[in-house]
Amino acid sequence: MLSFIINDVLGTPAILVGLFSLIGLLLQKKSFSDTISGTLKTIMGFLILIAGAGVIATTLTSFSELFVHSFNIQGIVPNNDVVSAIAQKNFGTSTAMIMILGMLFNILFARLTPLKYIFLTGHHTLYMAAMLAVILATGGMSGFPLVLTGALILGALMVISPAILQPFTRKITGSDDFALGHFGSTGYLCAALVGKLIGKGSRSTEEFKVPKHLKFLHDSSIAIALTMTILFIVLVLVAGKEFTETQVSGGQNYIIFAIIQAITFAAGVYIILAGVRMVIAEIVPAFKGIADKVVKDAKPALDCPTVFPFAPNAVIIGFLSSFCAGLICMFFFPMLGLSIIVPGLVPHFFCGATAGVYGNATGGRRGAIVGAFVNGLIISFLPAILLSVLGGLSNSTTFGDADFGVVGIILGKLMSAFH
Amino acid sequence: MKKILIVCGNGLGSSFIVEMNVKKIIKELGKEAEVSHTDLSSAKSEAADIYIGSNEIIASLDDGKRTVFGLNNLLDNAKIKEILSNNL
Repeated sequence: MLSFIINDVLGTPAILVGLFSLIGLLLQKKSFSDTISGTLKTIMGFLILIAGAGVIATTLTSFSELFVHSFNIQGIVPNNDVVSAIAQKNFGTSTAMIMILGMLFNILFARLTPLKYIFLTGHHTLYMAAMLAVILATGGMSGFPLVLTGALILGALMVISPAILQPFTRKITGSDDFALGHFGSTGYLCAALVGKLIGKGSRSTEEFKVPKHLKFLHDSSIAIALTMTILFIVLVLVAGKEFTETQVSGGQNYIIFAIIQAITFAAGVYIILAGVRMVIAEIVPAFKGIADKVVKDAKPALDCPTVFPFAPNAVIIGFLSSFCAGLICMFFFPMLGLSIIVPGLVPHFFCGATAGVYGNATGGRRGAIVGAFVNGLIISFLPAILLSVLGGLSNSTTFGDADFGVVGIILGKLMSAFH
Repeated sequence: MKKILIVCGNGLGSSFIVEMNVKKIIKELGKEAEVSHTDLSSAKSEAADIYIGSNEIIASLDDGKRTVFGLNNLLDNAKIKEILSNNL
């Protein structure tokens, strides 16, 4: 019986997250039908995200083959959703345990310390848990010590990350009602500080007219399909028709192959997001419910698009500036002996835009441009360095946003110092 | 029962928070509605009586046929309450 519980129930991550969801639903005293459907949805969501990772796997293999053949160096597409889904295959149980325990530590820290933040961006909690699970396991930890260490770090990050940004978040939103809960926070902090440093007397981005032709960027799956299509077409053109059709595509026309692989990647991300949405749908409200009861004056820390409407022009400027930094890094990294980090529209849009909003708050137009550019450098350099501590999890994708890099690299180096 | 769909770029974070707020407000108003959240691509093929999102997102959904409400501030619960009182 005990071995059934430990190996089969806790050892099957989908069942484990279903169990957490069930406990959450029972705690909220939901109706019988809601409880059943919520639990089933969570389990299904987990299986869907694993399936999404499977869809992407083959496209990443072709991408890697083409890239190495064309440029003699690895190419990396940073994507939190994809790399976290890949991690679930071998680290699902530790991820789920770290996530739930980490949320409880978040509540505990919010209750006991002056950092009264409740981190409600559930997908980032899940991704950070996945990264911690991978790095701690790669560093040689396992079992309960791994889960406890990971959860303590996660819980701490969930209050520290909103806290470091709060003075600037207050300035942006004009209130103290909510905080930013997004693991790109070190990048936004740098953008805000850069803005403070150089933005004296620069007028706000919102006093200028910015063309609004970048609507498709709000549509993640379209943005990913577009970036990957351009990327794959460039790759097959450089690798050549003959190499592609004989070695990689199994005879399929090289251009058609490129388009299908690229859009399959976007389809895989779409599937992963649908799964993640279902996994966190029941867990986050339960978490919020418990937190509201335990921490009376808690501030919710929310996903980055919640600050977008406060400076819509800074969003566009920030994205463009961050993306430019990413493009520049792509060309210079091989000279530094680093893997080529392919700048994605999605990470640069969400993180670059947020950095633009923070840079604008402290340093107007100049702050938005330079601050977001600095963020673009950060989210190019960190993923390149982070790759080495993830123990061969994937050789073509990694975590993108700044905090994953900062925490991952520090933790990875610490782990190797002890071993 | 009317269906309300909350939309954001990824359908993960901000729309989810707004969904929780909308559900709370509906309860306070003593009304009933089915509420869910999703990403922009999916929203275009999902039928709902009311769509809510930030102005930029809603601009892509507004085809003249859908009932859409754009928010200047996603967390403006007074505005959300007004939308819900008038349309449920």
